[in-house]
Amino acid sequence: MYAQLVKSEGMKSAAELSPEERAFQERIDRGEKIEPKEWMPEGYRKTLIRQVGQHAHSEIVGQLPEGNWITRAPTLERKAILLAKVQDEAGHGLYLYCAAETLGVSRDQLLAKLHDGSMKYSSIFNYPTLNWADIGAVGWLVDGAAIMNQVQLQKTSYGPYSRAMIRICKEESFHQRQGYDIMMKMAQGTAEQKAMAQDALDRFWYPALMMFGPSDKDSVHSAQSMAWKIKINTNDELRQKFVDQTVPQAEYLGLKIPDPNLKWNEEKKGYDFSEPDWSEFFEVIAGNGPCNKERLGARVKAWEDGAWFRDGLLAHAEKAEARRAAARVAAE
Amino acid sequence: MASAEIAVDRAALFEFLTRMGDNTLILGHRVSEWCGHAPVLEEDIALANTALDLIGQTQLWLGLAGEVEGKGRNADALAFLRDAAAFRNCLLVERPNGDFGQTLMRQFLFDAWHHVMLTALTKSADPRVAEIAAKAVKEAAYHLERSSDLVIRLGDGTDESHARMQRALDDMWSYVGELFISDDADRAVAAAGIAPDPASLKPEWEAIVSEVLREATLKAPTSAYVHKGGRRGVHTEHLGYILADMQFLQRAYPGATW
Repeated sequence: MYAQLVKSEGMKSAAELSPEERAFQERIDRGEKIEPKEWMPEGYRKTLIRQVGQHAHSEIVGQLPEGNWITRAPTLERKAILLAKVQDEAGHGLYLYCAAETLGVSRDQLLAKLHDGSMKYSSIFNYPTLNWADIGAVGWLVDGAAIMNQVQLQKTSYGPYSRAMIRICKEESFHQRQGYDIMMKMAQGTAEQKAMAQDALDRFWYPALMMFGPSDKDSVHSAQSMAWKIKINTNDELRQKFVDQTVPQAEYLGLKIPDPNLKWNEEKKGYDFSEPDWSEFFEVIAGNGPCNKERLGARVKAWEDGAWFRDGLLAHAEKAEARRAAARVAAE
Repeated sequence: MASAEIAVDRAALFEFLTRMGDNTLILGHRVSEWCGHAPVLEEDIALANTALDLIGQTQLWLGLAGEVEGKGRNADALAFLRDAAAFRNCLLVERPNGDFGQTLMRQFLFDAWHHVMLTALTKSADPRVAEIAAKAVKEAAYHLERSSDLVIRLGDGTDESHARMQRALDDMWSYVGELFISDDADRAVAAAGIAPDPASLKPEWEAIVSEVLREATLKAPTSAYVHKGGRRGVHTEHLGYILADMQFLQRAYPGATW
């Protein structure tokens, strides 16, 4: 997941397309994949860089709220599972930065934009993980929402992104099951554990719904992204699917979704539910979420503190190359 | 019950197993503190992977320790419900992470010992010990390869990276010697053929370390002073905080299932 409010260029009508653009659109309409060296409209490239870059940033910032509980995981097995999960997230970041590189932007360039605030990561990671059940809720709800989005992105038109999604989805569904397993243990545990589980659901429910982004029925950006198959479903479709899937899971746990308006709607064969507070969403995106400063601050600090390390490796590589070159000259 | 256990004092074997398991537990904890904060994404992945290996080994060592002890304690009970004085890890692994150079140097000095130790343990007279060692030694070989490589590259990198690595070596050096001092428990398990005498590992460890330091253009400190105590339960102030963190849930909610 984790691409929200990705700006796209305004959509052109069929008559306005150049012959190249028309041929490109026809390839997409036929379901062909676009590969790195092939011609693509500049708007397509830019939109994808924003989307893939934001997704990559979300994976690496996403290490932080879960990393927050690694040292406090309650058993050795839970600790190992959580470590493996956070390692997977970093690995996802790596594939996605590589996918973005095929569009002509380096990882360092993207990181510079994350660090100066000009690129975003998913709003969800600006919420704190306050009790152990939050680690379950993150796996169940956050990874659950991410999968909802990423499953459709396996069919996205850009080849490297689509292939990254296929691989990532496999690992994410594993994470979601692990998260739900934590929730089961908590929901079936002591009264205190149950309270932690309910508290986690209460705090993560609306932020999870926000992950799909605001309603996009009026958005021209979404229309263009959908025409390019950078985006396959609308935000509202995905949110509805997520709610329909999650409500029975919460019932099975014996937990209550914190929404008095939640009700099965027989006519649409789905749940009616309350919209999240979008003013909160925009505040979080603007930098005013509970953890924005800590999350971005931690990433910037890691990068700055690591400068000597990266410089050292680079200097060694140069020295080693110079020594090899000198040895070649000496041998001649 | 394996025959080795008959030949060796159960308490000495338990002591040996907790020393192995506590080393990996505490170092795994320290390494996991880096999660999401490493200088480059590849290092985030490598550190999480290292921590994961170490926690996996902990489950095996402490699991066996619990069996040998025979008082119904499993690996989790040993990890989460002992206080600092019952921990048997060496002081080196509880050193704070410091900068990435300190973390790396601590890892390298430990990996070199760990690999030599585990290699010897693959020939243990106790098949349970040999089996754990056979699995762990492969992971330790990779850890050592990685940490040696980075120590060399950073030692022979920029002036700053060299200075940081030298400082890290100077800081960590006096915490290593403890790993090679033998006590009664060590002598008992060594006599039973379960584990090598710690002192016997030193020449091989020195050979590995001096070769890497030479390539890294780093100088081993000449001071022979050795901080010790961890292996008999007398720790630095740092361990208490590690345990406060690690054991919080088990202590705050006794008896809960997670």
